[in-house]
Amino acid sequence: MNVNSNSYTYAFAIGLVVVVAAALAVAATGLKPAQDANIELEKKANILSSIGLQSEDPAALYDQVIKEQIVLLNGQVVDGKLPGSIDMAAAVALPAEQREAPLYVAQTDGETYYIIPVRGKGLWGPIWGYLSLKSDGKTVYGAKFDHKSETPGLGAEISTPMFTDQFPNKVVFSDAYTGIEVRKGDASGDQQVDGISGGTITSVGVQAMLENCLKPYQTFLATRNAPAAAPQATTDTLTVATL
Amino acid sequence: MSTEVKTQEKEGLFSKKNRKLLTDPFNESNPITVQVLGICSALAITVKMKPALVMGLSVMVVTAFSNLITSLIRNYIPNRIRIIVQLVVVAALVIIVDQILKAYVYDVSKQLSVFVGLIITNCIIMGRIEAFSLGNPPWKSFLDGIGNGAGYGAILIVVAFFRELLGSGTLFDFPILEPLGIYEMGYKNNGMMLLPPMALIMLALVIWAQRSRTKSLIEKE
Repeated sequence: MNVNSNSYTYAFAIGLVVVVAAALAVAATGLKPAQDANIELEKKANILSSIGLQSEDPAALYDQVIKEQIVLLNGQVVDGKLPGSIDMAAAVALPAEQREAPLYVAQTDGETYYIIPVRGKGLWGPIWGYLSLKSDGKTVYGAKFDHKSETPGLGAEISTPMFTDQFPNKVVFSDAYTGIEVRKGDASGDQQVDGISGGTITSVGVQAMLENCLKPYQTFLATRNAPAAAPQATTDTLTVATL
Repeated sequence: MSTEVKTQEKEGLFSKKNRKLLTDPFNESNPITVQVLGICSALAITVKMKPALVMGLSVMVVTAFSNLITSLIRNYIPNRIRIIVQLVVVAALVIIVDQILKAYVYDVSKQLSVFVGLIITNCIIMGRIEAFSLGNPPWKSFLDGIGNGAGYGAILIVVAFFRELLGSGTLFDFPILEPLGIYEMGYKNNGMMLLPPMALIMLALVIWAQRSRTKSLIEKE
């Protein structure tokens, strides 16, 4: 057999591609359930870690802690819609008034927390995360960020405690969105955090992401908390104690 | 012809020659420090030990099996589409490795992100197929692939060790410098270590050390 004839070359190429395609299809479908489970579990773990909870079994703790899963449109709850049905990537591209915004309400140790999913752009790809607010709906309780393909050691550091530990007790809303600014080196006060050296574009991306994603919640959180002019000070000290 | 077959039959699985295939890439024919292949990925993923280790293992699996597969079909590959066939085999293996990492070591696969896919472009793999497995029997090619993958991984680990220790003060994300009290003595994490240029400099230091030890590697004027 002449392995260099045209017909053999074609036959070989077709045969090879068919074999390889079959192998890849088997691998992809076979591993898909394990991969999807990883992603779902990671999402729940991320939601929980934004309020400082960790568990060996995030799924069980999630069911126990998360009391409400709602979707907002223009500050109103959309009936019968679950956050899981929202495609965050598409949602954050819409203007704030048209956006369906998912919100998780958690209760643990008698405290209520509002957990807001955020999503934006880093340097190489999307970045996302969860920001939790205390029961006043204004003060940050915790933050958890993640990314698709930021550089390890540089932009990827947004997911480390070194960066996220700066967020608690920052104030994101007063009457309007006041925001969190990512600064280079001289962060101070209630509205600033220190960025990451060598990860400037990712850090700026975090700032833009927070601004874009938090704004739609302002009306809802303000109205929900308006009547409850409850003892603010005790709430704060309690939270600090649990930290 | 008949004598050749005989000598091959006599050769054990781990004969001296075969063992050399495994050990040579660690020193005299190291793919990174001597042949200067696969440098790009060596710079990119050596900031921390864990990604470097997983990357080294992944490359080892890909070199080993791509060598094995191409060696098995080497007499049937039409010469004109040789490179394309190699690419298809390597690409398929890389995708499978990527899928497996995503399913079982999800956190590391996220850290390595695009670099797993970029194993395809690692010159070591195509280099070994072209230079070795197309002209050698499967077992030898497999060993050669393991050896070269491990030689690559070994350098990654050495570079990552110094970069993570001096740049982040940790090893495999466990704090090392802090418990030792190095920070109190005035050391600060060296941010430079985390940036790609320091990987080049570390690599150069490794090459320097290797050449001072193994004089045969030094070019004669």
